[in-house]
Amino acid sequence: MSKIKVALGFAATFTALTALSSAASARDLTVVSWGGAYQDVQKKVYFEPFKATGTPMNDESWDGGVGVLRAKVQGGASTWDVVQVESEELALGCDEGLYEKLNYSKIGGEDAYLPATVNACGVGAIVYDFVLGYDKDKLKDAPKSWADFFDTKKFPGKRGLRQGAKTTLEIALMADGVAPADVYKVLGTEAGVERAFKKLDTIKNDIVWWKAGAQPPQLLASGEVAMTSVYNGRIDAANKKENKNFGMVWNGALYTIDSWVILKGSPNQEAAYKFLNFVGKAENQAKLSEGIAYGTSNKKAPSLLSKAVLTDLPTSPDNMKNAVEINTDFWLENIDRLTERFNKWAAK
Amino acid sequence: MTAAFVAGADVPLKRRLKRAERTRQLRALGLVLPLLAFLLFTFVVPIAGMIWKSVDDWEVPQVMPQTVAALERWNGQGLPDEAAFAALAADIRTAREAGNLAVAAKRLNYVVNGFRTTLLSTGRKLKEQPAPGTAKATLIEIAPAWGERESWAAIKSASGPVTSYYLLAAVDLTRNPDGAVVHAPADQSIYRDVFLRTFEIGFGVTALCLILGFPVAYLLANLPTGRSNLLMIFVLLPFWTSLLVRTCAWIVILQSEGIVNGSLQWLGVIDEPLRLIYNRFGVYMAMTHVLLPFMILPLYSVMRGISPAYMRAAASLGAAPTTAFLRIYLPQTIPGIGAGCLLVFILAIGYYITPALVGGAADQMISYFIAFYTTETVNWGLASALGAVLLLSTVVLAVLYGKLALGRQTTGGLKN
Repeated sequence: MSKIKVALGFAATFTALTALSSAASARDLTVVSWGGAYQDVQKKVYFEPFKATGTPMNDESWDGGVGVLRAKVQGGASTWDVVQVESEELALGCDEGLYEKLNYSKIGGEDAYLPATVNACGVGAIVYDFVLGYDKDKLKDAPKSWADFFDTKKFPGKRGLRQGAKTTLEIALMADGVAPADVYKVLGTEAGVERAFKKLDTIKNDIVWWKAGAQPPQLLASGEVAMTSVYNGRIDAANKKENKNFGMVWNGALYTIDSWVILKGSPNQEAAYKFLNFVGKAENQAKLSEGIAYGTSNKKAPSLLSKAVLTDLPTSPDNMKNAVEINTDFWLENIDRLTERFNKWAAK
Repeated sequence: MTAAFVAGADVPLKRRLKRAERTRQLRALGLVLPLLAFLLFTFVVPIAGMIWKSVDDWEVPQVMPQTVAALERWNGQGLPDEAAFAALAADIRTAREAGNLAVAAKRLNYVVNGFRTTLLSTGRKLKEQPAPGTAKATLIEIAPAWGERESWAAIKSASGPVTSYYLLAAVDLTRNPDGAVVHAPADQSIYRDVFLRTFEIGFGVTALCLILGFPVAYLLANLPTGRSNLLMIFVLLPFWTSLLVRTCAWIVILQSEGIVNGSLQWLGVIDEPLRLIYNRFGVYMAMTHVLLPFMILPLYSVMRGISPAYMRAAASLGAAPTTAFLRIYLPQTIPGIGAGCLLVFILAIGYYITPALVGGAADQMISYFIAFYTTETVNWGLASALGAVLLLSTVVLAVLYGKLALGRQTTGGLKN
């Protein structure tokens, strides 16, 4: 009697479990991006129109960190399918096998995209810059370079920088006169690292460290800082949406590429490819650039844009002239060591 | 009752008592079983997992099994033999096929900065398995690093199955190529300072909470009920407000064009805005505010039980108010002070979001580094080791505190 009961109990539990797991795999496609002004534009030009083509989907946002993805994939039962990642997350996650290898034939072929945005594990979503941002209403004459950023005599006020070694050391070297093309060569030497920290020493007490991309526009708006490093799209969004009068300096900008990846073992692969194909199309990407000033990955997208939009994009030739690509390999090799160095310096 | 008693008379009374006792114990156990299971799965298992991760050394043995086996014969002097080079070449080629070479590269890069490039570029350039007897020459030609003892010592040191590397790194120690424990290079030893900073902020916030919280708790305990309830709501209100909201409110209040600086400048007290945020002052301010209720509530609960008659008796026997307070009232509040301080301190040293938002680069506490290594650089070994050191030091402090400050007194509900 009791054995039958136990067996029945097991059977019931098992059925319930399988029902649960099949319910889990029957969830809609979930796409994850960076939130804020950027995701609002994505909703308008990517997510909503894509839903209208007949594939249901949800969108969520995250703050990055490949550790998050590792925990999702290794923990099983991941609730995400397509995620937008930064270049380091792409490289690290690809090494660890956290992403599906992309089949480019399903998303328009490799030739449709700029070579720099094609990767075995991910396809480029946007190209964006860290630029020098400032408030035109508060500064009488415009700064022209990172050297001006470090000149607190000529331009009084505090400075905002991203907390950590990455981007901060590159900016310090450029301010010290290193040509954008040579930044990583110099930073690869002990003397170069010393030089960067020495330069940072000169404004150490005037720096406000920010951690999230939404902070720099707030720091500028509240008058906490006179200049800050900032994602170019955030400045653009603040000017358009909140009627701010912020300026940007493209000289010495640091650019990088974000990519879309499909998480390993996603139950919604087919829908995921449909989505990637949709957001890879030139006409859709052009709409994104019109909404927020980020460059995109499809080769044909710029040709569909007006002159006015093009001049504000990271991918416009003028803005690319003195820009440096953030070197992913360099940071993968040196991030732990230089982070410790940076914190040692900060605590001094 | 009697019938049952008579029926069971053939069984000795002692045995029956034992049986009844056992049934009672089992029933009691059954009642707490859900809680035990819950604690086991949500508390014990994850913490054990974290501690395991801080010594687990899986990357190199998994990716380079042949090399690990070949290096067992190597005594660490000079370069390993030809067979080890051949094994390394074979492992690199297999790992590159499988696409997990970078996993080992990341682990080895902790030991020798630059190892990632060495391993990955060797993988790219090594087109085929070198002919027997030529592996050593081929590898050294591809990357000179293979001709250095340090590289091989690094692989051997990461051969698993467990490693002391992360735990040592968490307290600024490292092993040199010979395996002796030495200090980490000066520009990379930060964790002792960070732990000290964490405890310093913890102690500071605890002291501030005690100084501010004691009078408030006293007031709460001694006011008439109606007014004390109203005051209690003021104490609890921050409790019900989101931590993030409270922290951001401090940013608005303290920033250079914020309310405090604005008022002071308008009053002419200062010419230049004071720097009140993104520094240690801001951290103390915001954290004290956030943690104050945790000090007030235990103090209040203890003070409620202290009869005012004692103080009256002391006064009637001629004690000055100060003497009466110090010798009669204060000793009775010790359990509340102990519980409040312990609670605030332990919460404070684990704090993340508040110091991260209102602190500067030099005010980040240990939790910031644990989060950084967990999510950003995926150095889970070091993140776990830092967590383990924090856990251990917290436990030691709590035990010490229980022994020293409280002797055999009650800890206000907190068992030590």
